[in-house]
Amino acid sequence: MSDRQQISDQVHALIQPLNKKGIAVTDATRFAQDLEWDSLTVLDFVATIEDEFDVMITMNMQAEIETVGQLIDALVRLTAEK
Amino acid sequence: MNDLFAKFDPLIQQRQQLLDGGVTDPFNLVMERVESPTVAICNGKRTILLGTYNYMGMTFDPDVIAAGKQALDDFGSGTTGSRVLNGTYAGHRAVEDALKDFYAMDHAMVFSTGYQANLGVISTIAGKDDYIVLDIDSHASIYDGCALGNAQIVPFRHNDVDALEKRLKRIPEGAGKLVVLEGVYSMLGDIAPLKEMVAVCKANGAMVLVDEAHSMGFIGEHGRGVAEAQGVIDDVDFIVGTFSKSVGTVGGFCVSNHPKFEILRLVCRPYVFTASLPPSVVATAATSVRKLMDSADKRAHLWENSKRLHAGLRQLGFTLGTEEPQSAIIAVIMPDLETGAAMWEALLHEGLYVNLARPPATPAGMTLLRCSLCALHSEEQVGEILDMFAAAGRATGCLS
Repeated sequence: MSDRQQISDQVHALIQPLNKKGIAVTDATRFAQDLEWDSLTVLDFVATIEDEFDVMITMNMQAEIETVGQLIDALVRLTAEK
Repeated sequence: MNDLFAKFDPLIQQRQQLLDGGVTDPFNLVMERVESPTVAICNGKRTILLGTYNYMGMTFDPDVIAAGKQALDDFGSGTTGSRVLNGTYAGHRAVEDALKDFYAMDHAMVFSTGYQANLGVISTIAGKDDYIVLDIDSHASIYDGCALGNAQIVPFRHNDVDALEKRLKRIPEGAGKLVVLEGVYSMLGDIAPLKEMVAVCKANGAMVLVDEAHSMGFIGEHGRGVAEAQGVIDDVDFIVGTFSKSVGTVGGFCVSNHPKFEILRLVCRPYVFTASLPPSVVATAATSVRKLMDSADKRAHLWENSKRLHAGLRQLGFTLGTEEPQSAIIAVIMPDLETGAAMWEALLHEGLYVNLARPPATPAGMTLLRCSLCALHSEEQVGEILDMFAAAGRATGCLS
């Protein structure tokens, strides 16, 4: 299993408890529009992701991350840099 | 033409639905007359004020009022200028001196509002390659201070010391670090574990700013706030506060022992590019701050009020924001916005004003009836308040 696949599985697992509408989550799923998360839910979720992967995702970086795929790509990069 | 207001449609609709239900608009109340720090006339009805942040009841203090009137006569109605040009009068210096004495610190800088104090200090001292680590439940003025500057922003889960430490340790070596905390968090009225948090900050080479807006005047032996109460005020680099709560007027400030602090007066845009406070305001603030130094009896009475209201509301069956009373804010958690609005209106009908707080200002999507007590609420008033909560709770079905 590739690193990206493994990271993707972990991210999907962490999204599920917050996927209130039960939508099908893909790389194209947007956090704000599709999952309908408000700003505090996003901050809380990012904090969980940071601790799960032991990386830092600043709010500045979050501005560039709109979709699940973009988050996974960022995590692939951040975990490789460690 | 694309209507730029289209983005507000969902909020306009939600608000209209609420008002169509016949509820009084909770965000459009007018106080027709104000009799004292604890009583006003709203819609022609005598109303007990339990949502004003007027913790120490200084707004009608005779010495405070007299100082304001004198300053109006002596210095006029306004300064019409920036602090760094024609807007620093003797009174602005006097209130900064009062703050230095109150906090026993070397430097004090007064802003036109508390919001601007956070905006100015945070955006100015943390630069592009620096990191700001802040509590997720921070006040809007702290987030806006982060947004105004260009530092790297890293939030951590509310009051979680381990989460704070982990984030500090992830910051690249050599980068500047500012941790922003609050003494009392105003939504639920809970306090921060500053003792542990400040220790973690110092161990990781971070500077610490604590917003003590909701603790000044009554928490800590000298009323200096939660950092004083927990014995870590000497390790806090910056304390931000406001005149619009315990001090009883309007304005904001930052106090510090940093040897280079005064340079902020030249580089802090929300300090420079706005008019300074009117002379009457700084005169009332200076008088009030000095009187707050010597208010141990009032502090004790305020704590009594807070404990009694907390215990009483609990006994009635309400769910509260904290297990124990930690400050002068008691937050009653409502099941949803509709029930919260109905309960707010029923309380107003009984003759009680509280704050209705709702997302996104509140954590975890909660609707709150936020009560803030005053040192001048009498024992009888606290009894009346509890009776009104019981009646409104039954009328709205919140209590069985």
